[in-house]
This record gives sequence, C-alpha cells and structure tokens, in this order.
Amino acid sequence: MFRKITRRASKFAAVAAAGLLAMSVQAADPIRIGSFLSVTGPASFLGDPELKTLQMYVEKINEEGGVLGRQLELVHYDDAGNASKARNFASRLIRSDRVDIIVGGSTTGATMAAVPMIEQAGVPFISLAGAVVITTPVKKWVFKTPQSDRMAAERILTDMKSRGLTKVGLISGTGGFGSSGREQTLAVAKEMGGIEIVADETYGGSDTDMTAQLTNIRNTDGVQTILNFGFGQGPAIVTRNYAQLGIELPFYQSHGVASDGFLELAGSNAEGLRLPASPLLVPESLPESDPQKPVVEAYKSEYEARWNSKVSTFGAYAYDGLNLAVKAIEKAGSTDKEAVRDALENIQGHVGVTGTFNMSPTDHNGLEADSFRILEVQDGGWKLIN
Amino acid sequence: MFSEFLQYLFTGITIGATYALIALGFTLIYNASHVINFAQGEFLMIGGMATVSLTAMGVPMLLAIVLAVVLAGVLGIALQRLAIAPAKNADVVTLIIITIGASIFIRGLAQLVWGKEYHVMPNFSSDEPIEIFGAVLNTQSLWVLGVGAVLVAVLVYFFTRTLTGKAILATSMNKDAARLVGIRTQVVLMLAFMVSALLGSIAGIVVAPITFTSYDIGIILGLKGFVAAAIGGLGSGLGAVVGGLALGVVEAMAAGYLSSDYKDAVAFSMILLVLFFMPRGLFGAKVVERV
Repeated sequence: MFRKITRRASKFAAVAAAGLLAMSVQAADPIRIGSFLSVTGPASFLGDPELKTLQMYVEKINEEGGVLGRQLELVHYDDAGNASKARNFASRLIRSDRVDIIVGGSTTGATMAAVPMIEQAGVPFISLAGAVVITTPVKKWVFKTPQSDRMAAERILTDMKSRGLTKVGLISGTGGFGSSGREQTLAVAKEMGGIEIVADETYGGSDTDMTAQLTNIRNTDGVQTILNFGFGQGPAIVTRNYAQLGIELPFYQSHGVASDGFLELAGSNAEGLRLPASPLLVPESLPESDPQKPVVEAYKSEYEARWNSKVSTFGAYAYDGLNLAVKAIEKAGSTDKEAVRDALENIQGHVGVTGTFNMSPTDHNGLEADSFRILEVQDGGWKLIN
Repeated sequence: MFSEFLQYLFTGITIGATYALIALGFTLIYNASHVINFAQGEFLMIGGMATVSLTAMGVPMLLAIVLAVVLAGVLGIALQRLAIAPAKNADVVTLIIITIGASIFIRGLAQLVWGKEYHVMPNFSSDEPIEIFGAVLNTQSLWVLGVGAVLVAVLVYFFTRTLTGKAILATSMNKDAARLVGIRTQVVLMLAFMVSALLGSIAGIVVAPITFTSYDIGIILGLKGFVAAAIGGLGSGLGAVVGGLALGVVEAMAAGYLSSDYKDAVAFSMILLVLFFMPRGLFGAKVVERV
C-alpha cells in the first residue's frame, strides 16, 4: 500500500517536474531569485520586513527594466522560524524551482539548516542572519549581509576604551542572542587586551527583575561600566532596574535592542545609554560626506511610503542582500552560478544600508566593525556619537 | 553588606507577592473543583494587556482597569461554561488538559488581537524609587504588596463570612452532599472560575508596570504561580501566600549570592525538596481518602 502511494507520488512529482521544466523553458527570460524567510512565527519581526523589502524592490527593479534586460522573479517560502522547514524549502528552491540565487534565511538556525544542501548543489546564497558561524569558516557558496555579534562586541569595547573605561561588568540574557554575544564579548576582550570583564551575570528570557544581578555588578571592585547583551524585553527591564538602583556608571546595550520599540519600553530610564546600531536609526544626523547617507535615506523613505509602517534594520539586510545579488549578476553578465559566485566574492566598495561591503575570498561578510555606529539616547531619541 | 541583603529581599518579596496572587487563583479553583487551572496565567495576561490597550485608546486608567478586570471575569465564566461544564463527568486529569488547551487558545487569540510586542504600563504612582538603608524599593512594589494584602483579606472574609464563600468550600469538600443541601454546584464552580479570573487579572495589572506585558507573559508567571501553590500546599490560601513569598525570596537570594545562572534551578529544586519531605506542601490539608 505504502509503496503504491510512494510510486504514485513519485510519478506525480515527475509529471509536475516535467511541467515545471516546460514552463521554465517557455519563460526562460526571468531571473529567478529564491527566498525562504520567517515571515510568520516567533521570528516574524525579522522575516516580515525582509519579505516586504524583497517584494517592493523586485517590483521596482522590474519597472526600471530588470537586470541584464531580463525581469526578476521572486520565489518565496515562509519557514515560520522552523529550521527543518527552512531546509525543505531550500531543497525545493534548488531542485524544483531551479532558482539562480537565494537571498534569505532570517535566523541563524534556518540559515545553517539550509547551508549543507546549498553548498552541495552549488547555488549562490546570501543569508540575512547574524551569527559568526555562517561565514566563519568561509563556505564557498555562502555570503551574509548583517554584521556579526563579534563586530558589535568589538565596537562596544573599542568605544569603552576610548572613554578610558577598562573594567567592564557584563550582564547577558541566556537566550541564543545573549549567550553568543556573551561569548564573543569575552573572546574579544581577551584578544583586544587592556580591557577586562570583571563581572559576568546572566538573566533568563522571561525574568521580570534583574535588580539582584545589577546589585552584584555594582558591588564588584573597580567596575567602571556595564554592558548588557540581550534581546527582547529583558534589556528594557535591565535598563529600568539600572535607573531605579541609581547606578551612575556609563551603560551600554547591544545592537539587539537598537530599535524605537526599545526606547518606548525603557522610556526615560534609557537616557544616556550607548549602543552600536545601523545608521538607519539616525539618517538625518549622518554627515553629508557620509557615503551611506543617500542610500539609507532613500531606503527609509521608499519603505515607509510603500508599506506605511516604520522601517526596520532587518529589512535593510534584505535590501543589501538583493542589491548584492543584482550587482553580482550584472557583473557576471549571466546567471551562470559559478560566475555569479565569483562576482559576488569580488564585490568591492558596495555602499549598502548596513555598511560598505568589501567581499573577498577570505571574507564573505565584507563588513568592518565600524559599520556599526555608536548611538547615545538623548532626550528620548537617538543621537549619533561616531 | 546589609544593604545588599535588603535589596535582594525587596526584589524577592515583590516578585514573590506576584507569585502569591497567582497561586491564590490556582488554590481557589482547586478548592472548588480539584482542577488545576493552567489558564490562570492567561487571566494575568488579559488583565495587563486589556488595560494597556484600553488606555492606549484613550480610556482613563482607572476605568480601563475596571473594564479589564470585568473582561477577565467574563472570560473566566466563559471558560467554565464553554470548556469545563460540557465535560462535567470527565476525570480531573481530562479537565486539567482542557484548561491547558484553553490557555493555548486564549494566548493565540491575544496574539491575533494585540500583536506580539511588549507593552509598557506606567507606574500607578511616582516613578521615584524609595531608598531604605541603601537599598531601593520601587513604589510599584508597594502597590503589589498592598493590593495583595487587601485581596487576601477579602478572600478570607469571603470564605469565612459569606454564604456564597461557604458554598464554594462545601462544594470542594463534598460535591454530592453540597448538592443535597441545595447548593447549585455548577453555579458555584462558575463562581470559582470567575473569582480566580478576577484575582488573576488584578495581579496582572498591578505587576504590569514592573514586568511589562505581552501576549505570552502568562506562561512563565503562571508556572511559577503553580510552583508557589504546590510548595504551600494546593488548596491552602495561607500556603499560597507563604509559598509565593518564599519562592520569590529564594530566587532573588540565589541570583544575588549564588549565581544568576542557577536562579530558576534553585526555585524548581525547592519544589522537589518540599514535596519530598512534605508531600502535601507546607500547609496542605491532611486528607484521608475514604474507601
């Protein structure tokens, strides 16, 4: 019985595949951009703006005549934040949709689940997820647009050192983002030298009070500044407890809370804290000489006009991913996968919203730590420090 | 040194008072029906979220609170009428599973209606914390403690002095006998669900300025409340209060003196220890099963 069903299913699949093939021969024109994103589910705050960005810019590029005289076609699946679904969809994009390039993978989990299959099939893949592991060590076909948490840690510690703060009290969430950030911070501090982590506390994702941890850090000998690496509402509670305890030390947060939503939650308690963030939060205060200024301003105004909702840093990862893909295809002059991959690897000085990309065979992310801007909360808004 | 200790104590008592209020909700329904209502955390969430969204619509704070509490009460009745009552002859275990289903349903609905963001609720009074011997106490903590104390007093009065309260107690002791003396046990059950929903939502509202609120806040708070109720002895009001406070203080002390990594582990091993030596909890009634 079961065998019969599988036989029938495979027959059906063969017919369907043949049909698809016929279709793709008929419409040989469009360049197929595949994507799997977490549009629904717990990571929808990532996938939703990413999909909107891809849709709107594919439309825009097509209106302007497409790429290499061919139209773009977006083939998209929603993995709902589920890694095994992401893997299945990646396989479908490669085998049945036969896409030319993949831009997607909202979370590190989804990305890493799809990577082995993509590496094996040999399709250029631009991931939109953050962790260092995606491009370290370098994988032949895998690229990514967001900065890694390691760069955030570098940026924060450098800023601390420049202010003469060398004894850091660290508090971090126990979730994936916080614990990875904690590890990177400890590692960077060790390599950088001249800066020391003197306290190391954690809190759970659903904890509602971090006063005890902060009291501990405050009472640590010689502590000069406090850094919180975390995601979600936890950092907002830390910020509030910080103010309630009347701690006067300079306070740093990670890029995980670099959003207007965080300011709303933390309110006046956030006054004076610093964090690394995308220039997208402060397009107006970028100096005219900044090459990113026009790019950032254009993306923000176009996105907000089209979707009538606030632009997000995560959507910008998709914007950069799509533009890198288009640029690589243009440079390669075809959609030949090997040629596109080589072109992608050699992109230099591409100015995106997230930063300026300089790809190389040893660096498939192409960003430097200083693509993060240090912002300070002043009068309830973001202020660019450097 | 002392100020440190005091700080952990304040933290612990505040969060413990929250656990105690949730534990009381568990106790109430357990008393009336021997069901552990795992949707208790959702009442908490409904209270906080409804208040936040109503104030955002321009309703004055006090009215928003009243409306949110009423909404939770209606929801409590609906839960009993629509989910528990139709399965009235089912085992207690089945009923418990139904409440888990209901909690998932309510949470999903809240996510659809209110979205997934965290929301902030302003403190009831001043934002300036009070300083006592070098430790700081948030004014909202006083509200939590005060409201908690008033609710406990009202509950004690309700169960010992009013006919309806006594009817609930009677139903919990022996359902059939209660029915024989003319108590409408279905109404009593409905009442128990309503009162515990009211209790939960009030708890949710007073703690929302401290914890923030979102559609999924009820999961972990509900679980901690259940732990508190079990430590205190399911069914005992005093036990719920003592269990909640003890859990909160132990958590805060563990985070302060031991390591924040083991804070939750300490809390959950506490339930093991207590139940190991006192299987009915600290204040659990000694029940003799008649055969």
